Amino acid sequence: MSGPVLTLVALGGAAPDRASLETLTFARDLAGQLGAPLEAVVVADPTEARAAAAGLAGRDVSSAIVVGGGGLTTDHPDGWAAAIAQVAAERGAAAIVGAGTERGNDLLARVAARLDLPMAANVLSIQAGDRSQLVRQRWAGSLLEECWLDAPVRLLTVAPNTIPAAAPDGSAAPAVVDVVVTLSDADLAVHVTSREAREHAGVSLTDAKVVVGGGRGVGSSEGFADLEELASLLGGAVGGSRVVTSAGWRPHADQIGQTGLRIAPDLYIACGISGAIQHIVGCKAAKHILAINTDEESPIMGVADYAVIGDLHAIVPAVSAEIRRRRSA
Amino acid sequence: MNILVCVKRVPATGGRIVLTADGSDIDTRFLGFTVSPHEECAVEEAVRIAEAGGGSTAVLTLGPAAAEEQLRDAMAIGIERAVLLETDGSDWDPVATARAITDAIRAQEAANGPFDLILFGNESADSGGFQVGIRVAAALGRPVVTGVKSLQPGDGRIVARRETPAGWELFELPLPAVVSVKEGINLPRYPSVPGRLRARKKEIERSTPERRPGGLEKIALRLPQTEATAAEVIGRGPDAAGAVVDLLAKLGVVDR
Amino acid sequence: MSSVPAQARVVIIGAGIVGSSLAWHLARLGWRDIVLIEKGQLPNPGGSTGHASNFIFLTDHSKEMTAFTVDSANQYRELGVFDETGGIEVARTPERMEELKRRMASALSWGIEGTRLLTPAEVREMVPFIEDSVILGGFYTPGVGIVDSLQAGTLMRQKAVDLGALTVVGGVEVTGIDVADGHVRRVQTDGGTIEAETVVIACGVWSPRIARMAGASIPLTPAVHQMIDIGPVPMFEHTTKEVGYPIVRDMDTNMYERQHGTGFEIGSYAHRAILMDADDIPSIAASALSPTMLPFTQDDFDPQLEDSLELFPEIVGDESVGVKLAINGLLSLTPDGNPIIGETPEVRGLWSAAAIWIKEAPGIAKTIAEWMTTGEPEIDPHGSDIARFYEHHKTPQHIAARATEGYNKTYGIVHPNEQWASNRPIRRSPAWVRHQELGAVPFEAAGWERPYWYEANQPLLEEYGDRVMPRAAEWESRWWSPIINAEHLAMRDRAGIVDLSAFALFDVTGPAACEVLDRLAVNNVDVKPGRTVYTPLLNGAGGILADLTIMRLAHDRFRVVTGGGMGMRDRKLFQDAMPADGSAQLHDVTNAWTTIGLWGPRARDILAAATSDDVSHAGLPFLAFKAVDIDGVRSIASRISYVGELGWEIHVPIEQGLRVWDALWEAGRPHGLAPVGIGTYAVTSRLEKGYRAHGAELELDFDLVEAGMARPTVKDADFVGKEAYLRQRSQAPAAILSTLTVDDPTSSTGVKRYMLGREPILSRDGRPLVDGKGRRSYVTSAGSGPSVGKHLLMAYLPPEQAVEGEALLVEFFGERYPVTVAVAGSRPLFDPENTRIRS
Repeated sequence: MSGPVLTLVALGGAAPDRASLETLTFARDLAGQLGAPLEAVVVADPTEARAAAAGLAGRDVSSAIVVGGGGLTTDHPDGWAAAIAQVAAERGAAAIVGAGTERGNDLLARVAARLDLPMAANVLSIQAGDRSQLVRQRWAGSLLEECWLDAPVRLLTVAPNTIPAAAPDGSAAPAVVDVVVTLSDADLAVHVTSREAREHAGVSLTDAKVVVGGGRGVGSSEGFADLEELASLLGGAVGGSRVVTSAGWRPHADQIGQTGLRIAPDLYIACGISGAIQHIVGCKAAKHILAINTDEESPIMGVADYAVIGDLHAIVPAVSAEIRRRRSA
Repeated sequence: MNILVCVKRVPATGGRIVLTADGSDIDTRFLGFTVSPHEECAVEEAVRIAEAGGGSTAVLTLGPAAAEEQLRDAMAIGIERAVLLETDGSDWDPVATARAITDAIRAQEAANGPFDLILFGNESADSGGFQVGIRVAAALGRPVVTGVKSLQPGDGRIVARRETPAGWELFELPLPAVVSVKEGINLPRYPSVPGRLRARKKEIERSTPERRPGGLEKIALRLPQTEATAAEVIGRGPDAAGAVVDLLAKLGVVDR
Repeated sequence: MSSVPAQARVVIIGAGIVGSSLAWHLARLGWRDIVLIEKGQLPNPGGSTGHASNFIFLTDHSKEMTAFTVDSANQYRELGVFDETGGIEVARTPERMEELKRRMASALSWGIEGTRLLTPAEVREMVPFIEDSVILGGFYTPGVGIVDSLQAGTLMRQKAVDLGALTVVGGVEVTGIDVADGHVRRVQTDGGTIEAETVVIACGVWSPRIARMAGASIPLTPAVHQMIDIGPVPMFEHTTKEVGYPIVRDMDTNMYERQHGTGFEIGSYAHRAILMDADDIPSIAASALSPTMLPFTQDDFDPQLEDSLELFPEIVGDESVGVKLAINGLLSLTPDGNPIIGETPEVRGLWSAAAIWIKEAPGIAKTIAEWMTTGEPEIDPHGSDIARFYEHHKTPQHIAARATEGYNKTYGIVHPNEQWASNRPIRRSPAWVRHQELGAVPFEAAGWERPYWYEANQPLLEEYGDRVMPRAAEWESRWWSPIINAEHLAMRDRAGIVDLSAFALFDVTGPAACEVLDRLAVNNVDVKPGRTVYTPLLNGAGGILADLTIMRLAHDRFRVVTGGGMGMRDRKLFQDAMPADGSAQLHDVTNAWTTIGLWGPRARDILAAATSDDVSHAGLPFLAFKAVDIDGVRSIASRISYVGELGWEIHVPIEQGLRVWDALWEAGRPHGLAPVGIGTYAVTSRLEKGYRAHGAELELDFDLVEAGMARPTVKDADFVGKEAYLRQRSQAPAAILSTLTVDDPTSSTGVKRYMLGREPILSRDGRPLVDGKGRRSYVTSAGSGPSVGKHLLMAYLPPEQAVEGEALLVEFFGERYPVTVAVAGSRPLFDPENTRIRS
């Protein structure tokens, strides 16, 4: 029997975050292929991790590993890498799987560097074997690569927003396994020394259920007022394409796309966005896309579910007005 | 401060990626080449740090002979010297890349003194491995932070800021250190004509590294299946507002 | 996917500046149901219009191109998208300063107002950021400007839409063009099929690909033009105008530079010609910027940066000024550098509007629209006519060779007789081996290697001494030899043999042949078999389309003989007139016959020695022809002359041409027969005789009365242009074609200078001469008159100046020379009674 598939689970609030649940879905399949137990390493401080373990019920996770000791906190990326390496060694892991988020990729790359093993980022599927055949994302998902991963321990991250998290089934909650690790000073050298809160209030782009995005067609920073109004009526957030942030119409933090944020809202309203691949990769995980564009043939129409043809500066205010009219009716 | 920036030559793709007939690579016949936007910012950041506080700057790439173009682009905006680790242009996996770069850095440091700061882009635009900077840092035994969108150099240390949904995380790193930066850390400048002309005349240090792959091997590339579903046009012009709000209600994102 | 209308009066493919202008001009001329389809998206479809540099310099040495350009500038101005900035072409070398003087002369000839030569200091006054120590001077044109070509296209489309004439469909790609019975029938697109009897290809660099779908050929190649945009320039920060300084063309480095807003654009034609195949242009989706904006190849541009830095150190050398955009933009190049317009010879109803640059697009579109509507364009487009190409011109090898060679001449100093070097020789006459033995210097015409003169005639120089009018100035000695004039004199004294293989010959046969030809020809062709008719061809407006000879071989069989240069164009004129029922048919026999000219006082002695047939004046009078056997080769001897001497054009089956050449050569040796080149045939001898040439004196904008070619009577039968011709005859001509002699060609430095053509004719007080139709007087043809001892010029003059003995001036390289009207009208200067021809 194979050693376990270790899955790194990050928390969003008190519960495993969505990307981690997607990763567990992937890892469960991998464990099935290998005939291996599925174990979760909850990447959180012990108290929170223990509390969150119950939330892993119904996902076929046999053990939830709670890591403590050695001054480890979530502010220590190398500390966590060392901890995971130790856990993997102790348990004879066959694979270590993380989410292909910024944190997940960072952490798994640190583990890989420490173990001097290859690592594949943003994987979509795996056929496990002596060497495993993977499909992974290149160009932020605009292109797929089939590749071999040849390593005693399979290290990989799972591309977010590509594998829907399976609904929990009747399987039991995992057994909580406490592991105490030993860390060196060097493992703790890199750490968050302080934090600053974001000044900008309101709902964040990655959390918003509705995102109103603007592109070149918005025309200016002032032009975003129409988008802001609609977003606030819908309780959503405003983002933009790379053109928009490069032109300084929006702060860079609002960029949606390959070099900005990947979002997955219920509805993305793309206003005056032509739909370059670099942008599409950032918004294609949205459940629905509504495009507002003068150009019926622009690439965004190929990914949008719905479209309104015309000038966004006429249409967006009209939609806002209509929402207000219905609310007051 | 002595700074090294590591960049990678990648095709500047258009609206749609086109593959070669055998699917082994991107068809680059009509494409230009560039570096990832993250790396453009890394180059700019190095030049700014050196302009502000003095020191030396160098750029390094592992790639085909033609990657000289990307090195000269970096020198055109102010990087002082360039190192080309020349390959036959085929894919090198992240482990092989990191090993070759690590060796080259050791050789550079032996000859020219240590780099206080080594900058990478957060991930390459093409293969997106998210790991070369971390591997190089580990091999050199230096601290590394990724996803950095602000750097403040200090005396023997540097503060790196990383964005989170809630705000910023700050890392204070002792030097020498390795940092992977993201686009947005700065707005890169355009090269000037004199900069171009100077860059054109500069020597480039070349060597041919040994390829020591690490276990990740490309088989083929393919384009993702895209559903060719055309958008449903629900209206034209401002008159479509009613239909739009009906849709918003149907999708449950606005109260009915 | 957009869908297209099922039917259209005309489909225009491509909504760049050309297609958009054409849509408007057709609408203006009354066309309706115009459908304009475009693969890309509007307003910027992704073709060359979208990245063009958009400036317009007005003066070209070509009258046709200048006319298109000036008309275009006026149209842009009317649309409100023309920003008149002025423009300066600067010189870094003395040769270029001379060229700028020549441009001054062309500006005077074509009526470009306000041009002047500037000193370096004056250039710097206008362009304060130029390094004036690098230049020797400049040629300033106030009317130069920048246009917004995308906006122009949008406005013109809108005007046509407003007239209810135009439907524009974007985002549809042409997938096929259906042709039946040689006529275009419909356009297939990915958005549906459009039935249309008229289709225009205005697809720029993609045009060859689209034409091929219909089995037609548009011989152009996409090529790269590099440009970069730098900025922001601190010096321009307070420039309130989008363009506040004149555009500078750095002619000697093949570059241009211009300020726009806070930016500075640098473009180049200096790098190696980078050609592409139209099939290799990436799709819109796969392009990083647009299909015609390809990745910049820095290495090609680096040397140009040095040149630019030298001329504009304060801007280009500013470390704070960044390179914001650098592209390899695609444009269209053709084998001869001219546009490609008109109905394709392969497919009726299929028109080309290709290889057109921004500066000339609306003017050419207007011309095509007029051509499509009435066949009577205001500007003569013969130099751009797609029908000009021979098959060899259409091969990728030829296109690539000439486009490569022509590219770096974009700003070059191109001599009027300059010869192409690449892809030669193509067509060689049967006597080619003899020409080589005789040291022929070949000039190319219609692909033929025509001896321009023979080095073997060197000894004649001694015989004729100063009568050969030797030239000391390098410019007019280039592509010239005094041997030409010696050959001329030898022919006039004894006899000359001329290889005329470049003629194009078509036989028109069938019961309706006579009627069809008579309907085209001004002069009566219903003559006895064995007679030759010289005749002009007119368009409906009475403009001169062509002049050629028609031989009646039999009652139902004619042979058209025309010059090679316009041979294919002329063939289409005739082909288009052939009735659908086949009662008259055209057969191109150009490659079956070679023509040998034999002229001079001894010509009859020579021919008589070579044949036993009767070639006496009675046996073969002027304008008659008959079969004669020369050394056993049955040939046709046609008593005609373009040189003003007794003699014949002898048509010989091409494979036997060498045999006849040798027979005539042998027969001629005792009579002092000289090989005579085209330098004599096409220039000196015809000028002495006042013979007109198509493309020089004979163009659409002149009529037969003005040309002095109106005959005393007009035939009863109807012919194309008759009504207009009768009207012209009833009015006093606005200009009269005259022959002028140069009184004294000595320049201020004591060098004798000889004009080559296209120079302005001025009054003695230096004013341009303008006729009642607004046309300026310029030299239509120029050359030596060795037999009259004068340098000869032809020019259309207003009637007040077209008076024999009138004293005028001609401007040449910045100096003005006194000339005198020697003949007003068509009377020959040499042998005015034509006794030689008729002897």
